[in-house]
Amino acid sequence: MGRQLLLEHINVAGIQSYEVYKQKGGYAALEKALKTMAPDAVMEEVKKSGLRGRGGAGFPTGLKWSFLDRKSTKPRYLVCNADESEPGTFKDRYLMEKIPHALIEGMILSSFALGANTAYIYIRGEYFYVHKILEKAIDEAYAAGWLGKNIMGSGYSLDLYMHIGAGAYICGEETALLESLEGKRGNPRIKPPFPAIAGLYGAPTVVNNVETIAAVVPIINLGGDEYAKIGVGKSTGTKLISASGHINKPGVYEIELGVSVEEFIYSDQYCGGIKNGKRLKACVPGGSSVPILPVDLITKTAKGETRLMTYESLSDGGFATGSMLGSGGFIVYDETACIVRSLWNFSRFYHHESCGQCSPCREGTGWLEKVLHRIEEGHGKMSDIDLLWDIQRKIEGNTICPLGDAAAWPVASAIRHFRHEFEYHVKYPEKVKDPKHGHYEPIMPPKKEEAVIV
Amino acid sequence: MTKELKFSDETLALANKIIARYPEGKQKSALLPLLHLAQAEFDGWLSPAAMDYVASLLKILPVEVYEVASFYSMYNLKPVGKCTLEVCRTVPCWLNGSEDLVAYLEKKLGVKDGETTKDGMFTIKTVECLGSCGTAPMLQCGAEFHENLTNEKVDALLTKLKTEGTRKTYCLGDK
Ligand SMILES: Cc1cc2nc3c(=O)[nH]c(=O)nc-3n(C[C@H](O)[C@H](O)[C@H](O)COP(=O)(O)O)c2cc1C
Ligand code: SF4
Ligand code: FES
Repeated sequence: MGRQLLLEHINVAGIQSYEVYKQKGGYAALEKALKTMAPDAVMEEVKKSGLRGRGGAGFPTGLKWSFLDRKSTKPRYLVCNADESEPGTFKDRYLMEKIPHALIEGMILSSFALGANTAYIYIRGEYFYVHKILEKAIDEAYAAGWLGKNIMGSGYSLDLYMHIGAGAYICGEETALLESLEGKRGNPRIKPPFPAIAGLYGAPTVVNNVETIAAVVPIINLGGDEYAKIGVGKSTGTKLISASGHINKPGVYEIELGVSVEEFIYSDQYCGGIKNGKRLKACVPGGSSVPILPVDLITKTAKGETRLMTYESLSDGGFATGSMLGSGGFIVYDETACIVRSLWNFSRFYHHESCGQCSPCREGTGWLEKVLHRIEEGHGKMSDIDLLWDIQRKIEGNTICPLGDAAAWPVASAIRHFRHEFEYHVKYPEKVKDPKHGHYEPIMPPKKEEAVIV
Repeated sequence: MTKELKFSDETLALANKIIARYPEGKQKSALLPLLHLAQAEFDGWLSPAAMDYVASLLKILPVEVYEVASFYSMYNLKPVGKCTLEVCRTVPCWLNGSEDLVAYLEKKLGVKDGETTKDGMFTIKTVECLGSCGTAPMLQCGAEFHENLTNEKVDALLTKLKTEGTRKTYCLGDK
């Protein structure tokens, strides 16, 4: 296994507690920053590290921080996005539950760098028990003097609070999250203005993912340059991957960015291969919103190069033959999985979670769900496949927030790579009557030469 | 039979502590956590009276509470069974047998998704990804996650919940 910067001590007994975390070197980065570094120097290290947002979009964190409006006379806020609701993603829960102080230390460090004196952790409502764990950790950090007024005599003060959501995927979108934190419905805001200028209560705000914030700790411990040496090219450092689906060892793995996809799927250090000796069929490598890859594009790119677990390699080939690293929700499908049923399931999810503000998203996701359902049930027509294509194109790029795109991309990629499977459903309705049809007669993609590229 | 709803002293103290987390004049921010408190305290759902009470605590209009309560999936706007079995149905869980799990529960309890058993003990509710995809199939009941479920585990869980007989809900306090 590669270097473990976030999960190194995950199996140490009692690491949830302040004492054990501290014994294992916890709060050393914060102490170093408060005693020996100016806030700007902390930001400089984050820039040098090349750290990119771990919430899905992969935007450079140091750059995002530098957009914060420093001239504003309003208070500044740091808000941690712990809404984690992208299907296939469960890494933040794991980190917060097992090593809560890694997030708390990261929050204090990042708030110090940004000059924020109030910070919130917005956690999804279903993670109630994790909320409790974090509240306890925050209390411990206050008791130890790492939070509150004039922290460790540095003159810097910070209050850190938990805030609990109540079940809405859309609240993971950063402006919806801010609305929700203000006690409103989670309707995304029109951007600009971006949160860095007008965020929480109209004040300059940075919103970052749990893992992004936790990664600031090893960056300060190692120095940005050292951190940047891990990984490949612009994909620096380590990344938590949530692995699920038809694999022998589902779970959360910390990888050095740059391990090959093949190693990740088949090595016993990670997923341990496909369950029950079945064949690999497809993979959604970055959470439900990213394009699905058929078997021949998972371990190799279309150019025949080894596919790596990096932002660049996973998206190599663009949407025609690539996908995205996204949130690192790595979902593996074996030959028994029906791609149409999977897509119907995802479309139902997006329809359910659409906030309803924009017609293309509200209506389009409903249509996708409906048309997919009838194809899956054996009532579809050939023209439905083109109808699906048309609907997703009309959603993509025409909405306030990226949920619309997130609903469209899986549809486009599934049709692009698995059109034969949709056609099969239309041609042989009696064979798809049983919801488990994939188990009886696996529909594997045709060889690449025969594949229909739309 | 309208009886006036009020938090216990303990819950009220917690509510005030939560309200104090937000800046002066921004107490509306406490709405989501306070609705959780209300749901836990008032029989697992948000009646109009419960929502009006929360509005009065935050000094906001009742409609500001209704529009929020109806947006979020965790708030129940009508009564539910003592134990809501929230079964995840999204793709990673589906790949690992969530459809069988729902079918098993429906057969065992004699009710369908969205319905409550006659004795008011169990409600089955299918929900979207709960961040537990690596331990699928799973369900949540109250604050607890029940993971890597098999029929045997479900049997044991139902027996346990029935024996305890208490309402399982989310609570922000130490209860
Ligand atoms: C529909 C939708 C859901 C999202 N859900 C999450 C989420 O659960 N967690 C998260 O960190 N980011 C989520 N994001 C991304 C956030 O908008 C934002 O980019 C992220 O919190 C920024 O943090 P980062 O730069 O550290 O990644 C979501 C975006 C969209 C459009
Ligand atoms: S794209 Fe969908 S979720 Fe996003 S703002 Fe529009 S309607 Fe809401
Ligand atoms: S899909 Fe069921 S917990 Fe994620």
